[in-house]
Order: sequence, then structure tokens, then C-alpha cells
Amino acid sequence: MRHYISKENRALISELVRTDFKLRYQGSVLGYAWSLLRPLLLFVILYIVFVKFLKLGNSIPHYPVYLLLGIVIWNFFLEMTTQSLGSIVGRGDLIRKIRIPRWIIIFSSSLSAVINLLLNMVVIIIFMILNHVDLLVTTLWLPIILLEVYLFALGISLFLSAMFVRFRDVGYIWEVILQAGFYLTPILYPLALIPSVTFQKLILFNPMAQAIQDARWSSITHETLIPHTVFQGGWYMYIPFVIVVVTLAGGLLYFRKESRYFAENI
Amino acid sequence: MNDNIAIKVDGVNKSFKLPHEKVSSIKSAVVNFYKRKRTFEKQEVLKDVSFEIKKGEFFGIVGRNGSGKSTLLKLLSGIYTPDAGKITINGKITPFIELGVGFSPELTGRENVFLNGSLLGFSRKDMGKMYNDIVEFAELERFMDQKLKNYSSGMQVRLAFSVAIRAKTPILLLDEVLAVGDADFQKKCYNYFMSLKNKKQTVILVTHDMGAVRQYCDRAIMIEKGEIIKRGKSEEVAQEYQKLFIGANESVDTVSESWGEGGVEILKTEATVKEKNIFITTKYKAAVNIKPPIYGFVLYNSAGTNIIEANTMKDNIKTSSLVAGEVAELVWEIPNILSDGKYSISVACCDTTKTHFYIWVNNATGFEINKLIKTAGLVNPKVRASISRI
Repeated sequence: MRHYISKENRALISELVRTDFKLRYQGSVLGYAWSLLRPLLLFVILYIVFVKFLKLGNSIPHYPVYLLLGIVIWNFFLEMTTQSLGSIVGRGDLIRKIRIPRWIIIFSSSLSAVINLLLNMVVIIIFMILNHVDLLVTTLWLPIILLEVYLFALGISLFLSAMFVRFRDVGYIWEVILQAGFYLTPILYPLALIPSVTFQKLILFNPMAQAIQDARWSSITHETLIPHTVFQGGWYMYIPFVIVVVTLAGGLLYFRKESRYFAENI
Repeated sequence: MNDNIAIKVDGVNKSFKLPHEKVSSIKSAVVNFYKRKRTFEKQEVLKDVSFEIKKGEFFGIVGRNGSGKSTLLKLLSGIYTPDAGKITINGKITPFIELGVGFSPELTGRENVFLNGSLLGFSRKDMGKMYNDIVEFAELERFMDQKLKNYSSGMQVRLAFSVAIRAKTPILLLDEVLAVGDADFQKKCYNYFMSLKNKKQTVILVTHDMGAVRQYCDRAIMIEKGEIIKRGKSEEVAQEYQKLFIGANESVDTVSESWGEGGVEILKTEATVKEKNIFITTKYKAAVNIKPPIYGFVLYNSAGTNIIEANTMKDNIKTSSLVAGEVAELVWEIPNILSDGKYSISVACCDTTKTHFYIWVNNATGFEINKLIKTAGLVNPKVRASISRI
């Protein structure tokens, strides 16, 4: 374990994250503000369409914050996986010419997504105050839920980035899956809007749906449908966690196996 | 493992699959899977390579292009994984497979220095201490806050080299670093090599440059078609390497081209290399009556450098006029002071004003010198020295 966080590796990670940040908003006037503006603008659009026009979520207190939290968590997942996906190929020059631990590349690209997430969380806190959301004790769960999302996204990132070295279609396929995932996850609509309990259960098997619902339940309002209530305490409420663990382990193993041949396959 | 050994390579094999049609989409993978047409060539790049490098040794790896030496270097640095065999490395290794790895054109010189330093394992704090020295060594003080894309390629190389030589790992891998940069920069490289050698640093140098091998390396191996065909003292290996080219190039390439205003024709040019002298024989045939002309030749080495230039006027050799149809034979005698290598000769004939060229033939003939002598100089005339106590 010790050599994973050695001085050299830490120096490298911090430099790579720094470079990522500097390069990402290179040449844009607003620069870093875009990483906050993007989810906020998406939020404004969805808020106008779904809350003002379609009157969704009237039954849920603090629905705007509820909506924003869902968007921010989903956006984090999307950003981290899409950035990591191309990161190995994108850093091909390093991989072909110098020996650095491969996982560092994925880890540093995931860190810049985490930093974005944390900044977005600050925005959410501001919204919560503006919206007079009562502070719940269960908010203490939120970091653990976010960690779960991170680990899930990390597993997927490892798998996708390694696969992308061999098959460039992975990029397009993942784009479609993300698009489908966005609608199959209760981000813009309250889960309760789905009449069939069976469908509600199926949707909640998805770790992203489970995590977003749990995050809303813990920090915004207990009137959120979470696996515990939908599955009525049955053992299969743990399925999303099992999926996360399996994804992470599978991603790590696949990445480790493939990473030895990155240099020749890129 | 023995403590005196820095690197031990034991029976290493490496081959690459070269697919006839690269499968980089799932569709073609599926299609090819059903067609059972996944054909590829297996290219064996390294076959059963074993050697040891001692600590404190300056070790050379030589070989022609495509011999597998770069693959070996990538295996040593851990970029590739061997198919079979084992590589044991005793201590940390820094690979300079290429200078300026990870340089980003959109970042400033300063930011690139820090990024590049982190690849060598230096933290920001370490780099902060070295920063001024690096910039000074690269002589780029005024440019550090400019984006790298505005640097000339020479400036980029200087910057990269200045960072690279900061590496402090016990083993250094250098690949053809000398191939870039101007004479001034190369001098810096050589000084750096010399300092490494004096410090008894373990260095692995991969190169084509036999001069560098002779000067710096203690031992060397030569790789040809993926196998070690010679190992031992750097001098022996360098000689073996040079023999490789002599065998392959018995006849020197002579694609000649001629120009001129006519009047004289060159029938034949021949070069004969003897131990003491080189003779260049040219037969001229006059097409019209001409006044006593000037005959001349230029001798070039393989790099195109003008080594010897002579003509009958400069060297005060009397020539006589020619009548139409007459043939004259001219033999030049040059002391054989040339170093090893390939040479080409251009011959010419012009009038005494040197403005009217009857004929000029580029690359009229060529020859090869192969004395297997230890020098990097262009010529090696016999020199004498006397030492006396004062």
C-alpha cells in the first residue's frame, strides 16, 4: 500500500490534475466557472420544463434542490466516466515513452471530477439555504453515498478506459448508455411518478438511482422513495451495493490485466 | 541477486502481433470472429536475450535500425512486458526514451518544467529549488512564461534536456539523445555524459554513434535481428558494428549526374584505394578543340561535407590544349589520411576563366575506407609528438 502513495506518485498525481485543470478551460473567457455553470444551466432548463410547465414534483418539498442534487450527482458520474474513458488513449504519449503506474492516469482524471463535484456541492448548500431546507441529521450519510458513487464510477472508468484502448467503439456505446441511463434514473421525475412498484424496484437496482434517491432522502427530505421503503426491507435492497462492488473489482482486475499491454496496443 | 549487478536480463523474448487488418472496432472483431479470418504476422523482435549490467558501468547497446534495440530499452524501462524471460532491476531506473515526454504545447515553459519534473519523480518543492538552475542551463530565462507552442524546436529540446539531467535515480537509460540539437547542445550532452562517467553512475546508452560508444562505454552489446551477436569491450563491439556496414556495401552507390555546357566528355572515373595513397583516374574526351583547361575534383564524405577540393590551377599543374576527339587521362594522387566511411567524388573540367564549365559530374565515383581505426575525426594524418622536460 505504501508505494501507492509514495512521494513520487503524489507529485505526479498533483501535477497531472493541475495540468488537466489548466488545459480544460484553455481559451474560454469564463474559464473554470463553466464547470459550475454547466450543471446550473441544465438545471434551469429542466426546472422550467418539468417544474413550471409540467408541474412535476409538486408533492415533494424543496423540489428544485431535490432536482439539482440529482443533476449534480449524475453529472459527476457522467463527467468522471467520459473523461476517464479516453484518458489512457489521450495520454498515449506518456504511456508509450515512460514508465508511470497506469492507474495514476485514471486516478488523476477522476480527481478533477471529484473537485468539480465538491464545488458543485457548495452551490447546492447555497440553494438549500435559499430554499430553507431543514438540516437533517441523516445528512451525515451523504459523504458515504457520494463515496459509493465515486467507487462505482471508478470501476466503470477503469473498465472503459482499458477497453477503449482496444475498441474505439466503446466511446459511442457508452454515450448511448449514458443517455439511456439519464432517463432510466429518477433524476428529473420523482420515482413515485412511476405507478408500477415492479418498475420502481427494477429502476432502483441501478446503483446510480439508489444513490441519488438515498442522497436526497438523507439531506433534503425524507419524503423520497428509497430502496429500503420500495423493497420493504427485503434482502435484494442490497443488490445495488453488490453491483458496485462487483463493478469495482471487475474493473480493477480487467485494468490490471490489460494495462501491461497498453503501450503496444495504443 | 548479487549486489554488484544493476540489471539482469535473462532469456527475454518479445514478439508483436501485426494484424493484417487492424481490428479496432467491435463490429470488425465480431465479423472476423465468424469469418475465422483473423490473420496476423508474428514478428519476433527479441529472441532469447540475456545480459547483465554491473553497477557503475556505462553500458552501450548498439544495432541497426529495426534490430530491436529500442524494444529492449522499452522492456528495460518497464513500458513493455516480456513474453518470456525475466528482467531484474536492482534500484530505480529513469528512462529517457525521448526528451520532453509529456510536454504540452498549451502550457507555458514554466508549467512544463514542473510537469516534466513530476514524471521524473520530483515534487513541486524539489522542482522549486532546482527551477532557476534548470532555466539558466537551458538559457531560456526570457521565455519561461510563454506557451511551449511558441518555442522553436531547439528551445524545446534544450528545456527538456535541462530537466532530464536532474534525474537522480541510480540507473539512467539514454536513447539517442545525441541525435538532436546543434553542435553547442551536443557539447552539453557530451559534458553531461562525461560527468556521469566520472561519477560512476550506471548508464545504459542506446545509440548508432560508435564515437560515443568508444568514448564513454565500458562494455557494450550489439543486437542484430533481435539477437545479441556481439558482446564485450566497447571497442570490440564498435568494430564489429562497423564491419556490418562494410559487408553490406561492397559497391558504393554511384548514381552520378552531370551538367555543363559541353565540349568535353568524361568517359570514365575510377578510384583506387591503396594503403598510403588514393588514386583518382579520369578519362576526358574533347568534342571540340579547347585551350588548356582546368581539371578539378571534390571529395565528399557520406554526410556531404567537402573534405578535399583540388584543381590544376590552384595546385599549379600545367595542362595542355586538346583537339577534337583527343582523350586525356588524369590521375590524382591523394595521401590516404581519410577516416573510415564512404566517400564520393565529383570531377569537373572548365576553362581558365572558371566561368565556362565544359562538364561537371557529381558523384562520378566513390569508395570506402575501412581501416578500423579509433577516431571520430574526419581525417587521421600521421601526427608526431615530442615531449620534453623543461
